[in-house]
Amino acid sequence: SFLRRSHSEFQEKTTEWTCRMKSKEIPTAALVLGVNVTDHDLTFRSLSEVLQNNITPYIAFLEAKDCPGVKKLMQKLMGQLMNCYVDVDSSEDEDYVQVSHNRIRCSMTSLINWYESVTKKTDSETPSKKRTSSSRHWQSPPVVVVFKDMESFSTKVLQDFIVISSQHIHELPLVLIFGIATSPMIIHSLLPHSVSSLLCIELFQSLSCKDHLSTIIDKLLLRASFPFKLGEKVLQVLINIFLYHDFSVQNFVKGFQLCIVEHFCSQPVSVLCCQLVDAKKRETTQKLLEDLHVYHENYLSVLRCLHVFTSFLPKYPLGKQIRELHCACLENQVWETEEYESSLQLARMLNKSDLVTMLQQCVEIFVSSSGKEFDNTVEKLKEFLTQFQKLEAEAFQEQDVSVSSQKELQKKTDLYHLQKTLLELKESRRYKKLTKFEMLRFDVVDYIDSLVRNYLVPANHKTLHEIAYFNTASVLREHLNAAPRIALHTALNNPYRYLKNQELKSDEGSISNKAPDICIVYKLHLECGRLINLVDWLEAFSTVVMAAEGPNADAASSDQVDDIIHARFIRAVSELELLGFIKPSKQKTDHVARLTWGGC
Amino acid sequence: KKCLSNLIFFPSIFIYGHTSSGKTYVMQTLLNTLQLPHVFVNCVEYFTSRLLLEEILMQLQSCCSETEQTSHVHCDTFNDFVRLFKQAVVSEELEDQTLYIVLDRAEQLREMEANILPAFLRLQELTDRNVTVVLLSEIVWELFRPNTGCFEPFTLYFPDYSIGHLQKILSQNHPPEYSVDFYAAYINILLGVFYMVCRDLKELQHLAALNFSKYCEPVVRGEANERDTRKLWKNIEPHLKKAMHTVYLREISSSQWERLQRDDGEPGQLKGLSAHTHVELPYYSKFLLIAAYLASYNPVRTDKRFFLKHHGKIRKTNFMKKHEKTSNHLLGPKPFPLDRLLAILYSIVDNRVAPTANIFSQITSLVTLQLLSMVGHNDQLDGPRYKCTVSLDFIRAVAR
Repeated sequence: SFLRRSHSEFQEKTTEWTCRMKSKEIPTAALVLGVNVTDHDLTFRSLSEVLQNNITPYIAFLEAKDCPGVKKLMQKLMGQLMNCYVDVDSSEDEDYVQVSHNRIRCSMTSLINWYESVTKKTDSETPSKKRTSSSRHWQSPPVVVVFKDMESFSTKVLQDFIVISSQHIHELPLVLIFGIATSPMIIHSLLPHSVSSLLCIELFQSLSCKDHLSTIIDKLLLRASFPFKLGEKVLQVLINIFLYHDFSVQNFVKGFQLCIVEHFCSQPVSVLCCQLVDAKKRETTQKLLEDLHVYHENYLSVLRCLHVFTSFLPKYPLGKQIRELHCACLENQVWETEEYESSLQLARMLNKSDLVTMLQQCVEIFVSSSGKEFDNTVEKLKEFLTQFQKLEAEAFQEQDVSVSSQKELQKKTDLYHLQKTLLELKESRRYKKLTKFEMLRFDVVDYIDSLVRNYLVPANHKTLHEIAYFNTASVLREHLNAAPRIALHTALNNPYRYLKNQELKSDEGSISNKAPDICIVYKLHLECGRLINLVDWLEAFSTVVMAAEGPNADAASSDQVDDIIHARFIRAVSELELLGFIKPSKQKTDHVARLTWGGC
Repeated sequence: KKCLSNLIFFPSIFIYGHTSSGKTYVMQTLLNTLQLPHVFVNCVEYFTSRLLLEEILMQLQSCCSETEQTSHVHCDTFNDFVRLFKQAVVSEELEDQTLYIVLDRAEQLREMEANILPAFLRLQELTDRNVTVVLLSEIVWELFRPNTGCFEPFTLYFPDYSIGHLQKILSQNHPPEYSVDFYAAYINILLGVFYMVCRDLKELQHLAALNFSKYCEPVVRGEANERDTRKLWKNIEPHLKKAMHTVYLREISSSQWERLQRDDGEPGQLKGLSAHTHVELPYYSKFLLIAAYLASYNPVRTDKRFFLKHHGKIRKTNFMKKHEKTSNHLLGPKPFPLDRLLAILYSIVDNRVAPTANIFSQITSLVTLQLLSMVGHNDQLDGPRYKCTVSLDFIRAVAR
């Protein structure tokens, strides 16, 4: 939808480029895409497809790492544009020669000449050959240059490019797109006023990352047609990574794929996780699976209804987004939570217009759901709506009751009588008959409550929920939250974990002399302080290693053995230095400084 | 033409002046009107010496000849250029006229090879032909002079336009439907509003063109005639003030401005570029950025005081008393090592932060977004140092 919006405005902008002749500005679109740089790729790809289909085939993408100078920029630009041309016309144009980069002069004039030759060709060819692609393009399609990561470009390159292009705006209709990750102020900090005055900049903002996440969760998890579902803990882990670390939708999708793989690999019951149609083949479990399916459908409709309900309340006691509500419902019986109580109380105080809108939305949800049980519900809700409408007619009759009480207060009385009348009024108000509107409101809230209790049962109360739900969050966390230092420490401290050699299986405290050298050296260094004396370390190492030999090591070979042990020690110490655990110290000779502490 | 032919013996002329003081325009008009053979090249566009020299030769080929054909000329060094230049002048029969080579934005010549600038200045001597090289630039000659010395050109200064000159120049561009006086009055008003902030002729022309339709509105609608200066002034003045805040600063584009004028809507609805400074960052990234800011701007000795529970008093030494006056905010951010950043991060985040790889990759992403910058060589693996590049306002907005 963002693309639709930006595309229509973009088309407007490109039609106006002829008007820009007056002031010689290059039309520019500044796209603010958000901090999740990994997702920008996808956005640019879909943008280029839309543009290629509708406006122009000449699109070039430029990345900062490829353009350290203007020359490289021009080279890349020309390479991409000429390749675009070849792709479109390769079937019909036999004598177009692919030129290598070296032979083409990468200057603006050659680009202009190429563009003229290309547009002249399309003009002459369209009468004779009917090409459907060109009918969507214009007479002189603009050349679109996309700067994918604006922040990383150096200012000199950008400035020079813009100055050069603005000189030739008449011959080469250029449109620039800036892909910005942080904020549009970066344009002002990268380009001086003299250069930004050559551009006609319009701002486009994409949807925030949280909206993208909601759309994805909506499409993947909150659909009855998709049989795989995530348990509450797993969903929490994925959402936490998204919110806390990076706003990357791509990583969320990858995590989801990992869940699917884990589920189907490790859970034997997952064989049954499939669409309902296939489930009919298995007679014994068929009934239960059908139940599960029906449960899902009902659950989803009621969940949406509840979300509509609670989204009207101030302070959002059950969460603003539907995913938060979904997590709460998955965790335990939602009607027992405090937030639910408070939301019911607040709902009892809603005003009429809000209630009516809310009910209408619920009706729409139930009507569009595929479950068959909701016809009664729809009727009941419609009944509520008609009752509300009837109330409007009767509203003015109730005003008389309150007027009379006011008249009593206005009579002249002394203090004692005034006190008495006020107390009487207060009493009467307590036992006052609730107005019809309030009664109706009460009924509505109770009905919604009953719906919730019936249908929003958390999934783990249903039989066979393990088929569809993946809930081992610990596995997911291990894979997604990489902790390299912990992994290193485990490997060095406890090599059995990775090498699976029976001889290495030992407890934490002792140092087995059959372990690899680096493990021995590592465990020894853990016992030292800040500065480690290399000679002492070597002694300890050789003691441990020589203990393997047994007591019959003779003195004759001790020198040789010492050399080998020395060499092994040196190798292990340099490996530790490479890994970053120690570093050579200048404070004392023959010492190294220890860099890490704690057992992690 | 006669007086210019007396300048034959000037091998090089250097013209300098501020932006929009008319240097390019005057040169081009002069050469075109007097139909002198010339080559006009913009040095920013032809950014390598090879491109520049080849372009000059190509333009020379098409200079006096009527044919369209320009064959590609290979010219790598200045030596080749001199040789080819001599041939070209002979073939084009320009021997009795002075050829002018005009190099616009000549400050780019300093970035090219070191022999280009001195060679151009002596081109007449090297090629033994009648050629004058004119250099146009915004920078004074003293900054151009190479260390090895060169032939000094004749320097000409183009001063800025005064307000009277600007008035005259802008009034000449009036559209044909309206009288000169009407347009002159409009220019008067425009200059009154914008002269304080902008004296650039190109900008003012652009602004004049954009806002003229609004100025004519009362006349078009029939509410006033051309002479009702007071009414026209009241109509246009708030509009111009708004323009100063938006279009001049490039907050909104000129096409948006024109659309606004047509629809007669409120510019307040359209948010300019600077309204969108807020950046959404993930939770830990916000803390990383705040920790980086604290690490950059607080001196190391105060760390213990701020971040540990039981700190001692810090005794002020003489050294510190001397240097207390300059606020750290004015001095700019100082670089800090990675360990210090992590230490501060662990102490400001409330709950325990697991040291996963995600945190470290976030630091690198912040560098890519130019919110942090890496100081020191890329190969230095054992102690990467960073600097925080955002301002206090940004941090305050993030910290909320």
